[in-house]
Amino acid sequence: MQVNENENWKPKIIAFCCNWCSYSGADLAGTNRLSYPAEVKIVRVPCSCRINPMFILRAFGRGADGVIICGCHPGDCHYSEGNYHTRRRMTLLFSMLNYLGVESARTRVEWVSAAEGQRFVNVMNSFVQDITELGPNRRLEDLRCREN
Amino acid sequence: MQRIGVFVCHCGSNIAATVDVEAVAAAAKKVPGVVFSADYMYMCSEAGQALVKDTIKNEKLTGVVVCSCSPHMHENTFRKAASSVGMNPYMVEIANIREQCSWVHKDRELATQKAIGLMQAAVAKVQLNAPLTAGTTPVTKRALVIGGGIAGMQAALDIAEAGFDVDIVEQKPTIGGKMAQLDKTFPTLDCASCIVTPKMVEVAQNEKVHIYSYSEVTDVRGFVGNFTATIKRKARYVDEKKCTGCGLCTEKCPMRKVPDEWNMNMGKRSAVYIPFAQAIPKVATIDPRYCLHLTKGTCGICSRVCEAGAINYQAKDEFIEEKYGAIVVATGYEMIDPGAYDEYAYTQSPDVVTSLEYERLMSAAGPTGGHLVRPSDGKEPKKIVFIQCVGSREEDSCKGGKPYCSKVCCMYTAKHAILTKDHYPDTDITVFYIDVRTPGKLFDEFYRRAVEQYGVHYIKGAVGKVVPNPVTGKLEVQGADLILNEQVHIDADMVVLAAAIEPSRSARQVATMLTASMDTNGFFTEAHAKLRPVESPTAGVFLCGMAQGPKDIPETVGQAGAAAAKVIGLLVKNELTNNACVAHPDEWMCNGCSQCEKVCPYGAITYVEKEFKMPDRTKKMRRVAQVNEAVCQGCGACTVTCPSGAMDLKGFSNSEIMAEVDALCR
Amino acid sequence: MTADYDVTAEEIEQISGVNPLRCMRCGRCSATCPAYDEMEYHPHQFVAMVERGEIDKLMESQSIYKCMSCMACIERCPRQVKPARLIEAIRLAVVRKQGGNHLCPDDVPALYDPDLPQQALVSAYRKFTK
Repeated sequence: MQVNENENWKPKIIAFCCNWCSYSGADLAGTNRLSYPAEVKIVRVPCSCRINPMFILRAFGRGADGVIICGCHPGDCHYSEGNYHTRRRMTLLFSMLNYLGVESARTRVEWVSAAEGQRFVNVMNSFVQDITELGPNRRLEDLRCREN
Repeated sequence: MQRIGVFVCHCGSNIAATVDVEAVAAAAKKVPGVVFSADYMYMCSEAGQALVKDTIKNEKLTGVVVCSCSPHMHENTFRKAASSVGMNPYMVEIANIREQCSWVHKDRELATQKAIGLMQAAVAKVQLNAPLTAGTTPVTKRALVIGGGIAGMQAALDIAEAGFDVDIVEQKPTIGGKMAQLDKTFPTLDCASCIVTPKMVEVAQNEKVHIYSYSEVTDVRGFVGNFTATIKRKARYVDEKKCTGCGLCTEKCPMRKVPDEWNMNMGKRSAVYIPFAQAIPKVATIDPRYCLHLTKGTCGICSRVCEAGAINYQAKDEFIEEKYGAIVVATGYEMIDPGAYDEYAYTQSPDVVTSLEYERLMSAAGPTGGHLVRPSDGKEPKKIVFIQCVGSREEDSCKGGKPYCSKVCCMYTAKHAILTKDHYPDTDITVFYIDVRTPGKLFDEFYRRAVEQYGVHYIKGAVGKVVPNPVTGKLEVQGADLILNEQVHIDADMVVLAAAIEPSRSARQVATMLTASMDTNGFFTEAHAKLRPVESPTAGVFLCGMAQGPKDIPETVGQAGAAAAKVIGLLVKNELTNNACVAHPDEWMCNGCSQCEKVCPYGAITYVEKEFKMPDRTKKMRRVAQVNEAVCQGCGACTVTCPSGAMDLKGFSNSEIMAEVDALCR
Repeated sequence: MTADYDVTAEEIEQISGVNPLRCMRCGRCSATCPAYDEMEYHPHQFVAMVERGEIDKLMESQSIYKCMSCMACIERCPRQVKPARLIEAIRLAVVRKQGGNHLCPDDVPALYDPDLPQQALVSAYRKFTK
């Protein structure tokens, strides 16, 4: 694979966060002024189990370089068992990502509670670092979506 | 086409210091569909809200994006403002450019770019938003209390006090529960019947409270505000309305060998019985397992002596259906059967008793009239050994042991010791304990009194075995004193086991009916361990008493009052506003596979047969999913499970989320 | 393995599979023990001593041979600590330190007494072999 031709290349990262734990965790990171890379952009969903694997593939198709899914810790789901569904669905999705041509490291599931602002930041920092090392996502990117 | 207004907040310098808010507002103008954009110092202030409201009116906006702090802070504020000028509140979206942008990034250019991206995503979502209306469901102004012990009675009385009708369903022939079986209560030593029987009378006399004694809830359907319960009124063979409670039948009944449950099977009662003198309702009940007429077709004395003509051998179980708005679970507890602990010889000697049995032996209304005697030979015991933690704090559950502390045993054992010493000062009492746990008002003082004032021997250690000696009639107790580091041998006259407390055996069935969750020990779980301790995760179901976990009487009464307050708060509403962001199936796409029904944690999805007009003008019955909007909490588990993509979530639809993703990837 | 080395608490825990931290100090093991009066250290003390790492004291004590391996303490223990297995492990550690077996299957016929319960033979093997 090509080395990044552009030194200033920044990854595009979509973070799906459940409304109750991880989105609040991200808010707490803000309240505590903990910083993480600006490439991370958050989409709020009611529960991590709302995240359809199609959303993740769609993001890759549209040029995202990494997609991270954050939910409540197992056992703490606001809807009692939603994150268990997430865990199973995402295991299934990840097992076929390589087959689809995407490095499975481009996506992750992480549990972040509403009290874990620091953990949210650590997770995002490490994820951004991993994606930066992987380089741009070219394999699944839909060329029709390129702007130029 | 939507007409969208974008409002960018400076939040003083909180946002404006890192994000170029003017640039965000300017960028918004270039987004298709946006007809207005502005930035303002404090958007959440009165003036800021007025700006939003006026713009909605003047510019005839159909959607609003506010770029400000987290939606957890001010989403409601702006939704309210929008709806006050006639816009559907769900047409307002927040772009979180404070907590998730200006506060976490330092580079002004990057932060501004990200803020623009977040704004564009929010606009993309509003483009696809549809007005949502939260449905309402009427509330049935009647409460059901399952269990007629002190918890259930208190909850019922408190609810009735607020003017709502309450039904108590109690499976025993009388209300009162375990508390009515107790002799005295710790740490004040006031007599339990003296405080619980007036409460029972109060319940009986309250016009708002209806008691279904000797009854069980067999089925519950519906949801918060609209439960329908089926109550089985077990055949009593005595007409409750005619019976005067004179007790003549119980005196004349020739079948007198029935173990008396009220006295923990230590005494005998007749086949037709009233559990105890102050029973409520004071109505006789015929035990069909023992009644000679019902088992053999002979006898019939009770029907002959009953002057009121209340006996009816032909009675059948009756089922009644009633509607309720809220349900209180107060199913209480039982003691485990210590029979599995063979080392304590509970099954080998009648002089080894559980604490509840000892309670009955002490009670003036008990089988011995309050005279403490050994069940085997009727002699007064001179040496009594109390063994703590029988089955509590155990990891090995094959004998029925419980991993938790039963909480009340330390205190009632101190009570038993003090009461025994009070009545029979020359009795020698030894208590084997692992830890004495006395957190509570005047609790530790009470326990110290047992030791210091009454001279009860507390031994830190446990009992290894109890061996009944058939020659002397004594119980040879072998224990360890861990402080003196020696083995002790006591020839006791009686041994009292503080057996562990477990949830009522009927609790699991109740939990299943209510879809209320239980922990691994069979206690009902609360919606939040700290902040919602009297609510079940199932909406409209409330918990109190030992059904939720071991606790003493004042705690139970307090919790019952709290549960009642929650019930009143629910019943006082005429209708409940449902969550607007609910799942919604496209019935034409639904193939009736039932996958969504299986993943729904709330049981909100059912399947119905529905007639469809097909394109060729024929009619066809199809099985399709139906979401109960009053029950759906909007998690979205079903939307992802649906193999045909028929299920979608209002407010977070597939197309809305994908539009956001597209906008953020641009 | 006749070397001079100190047996650690970890080794004892590993051999026995017992976690002494699970003990809640109820004393039911000592309350049950039929050999209690013969012992210098009692079953509940074994658990506490292993927890504190006082293995040498235990290995030197005669108490570990007073244990009859009746397993009553295991049967009664509410926390599944299994003191008898701990004692067994310490005996094993002593034997290992000395090296060699003290009971050979060939010796058994000469020692065998039909009146002896089979449990005694099993216990003897436990006590006198590696």
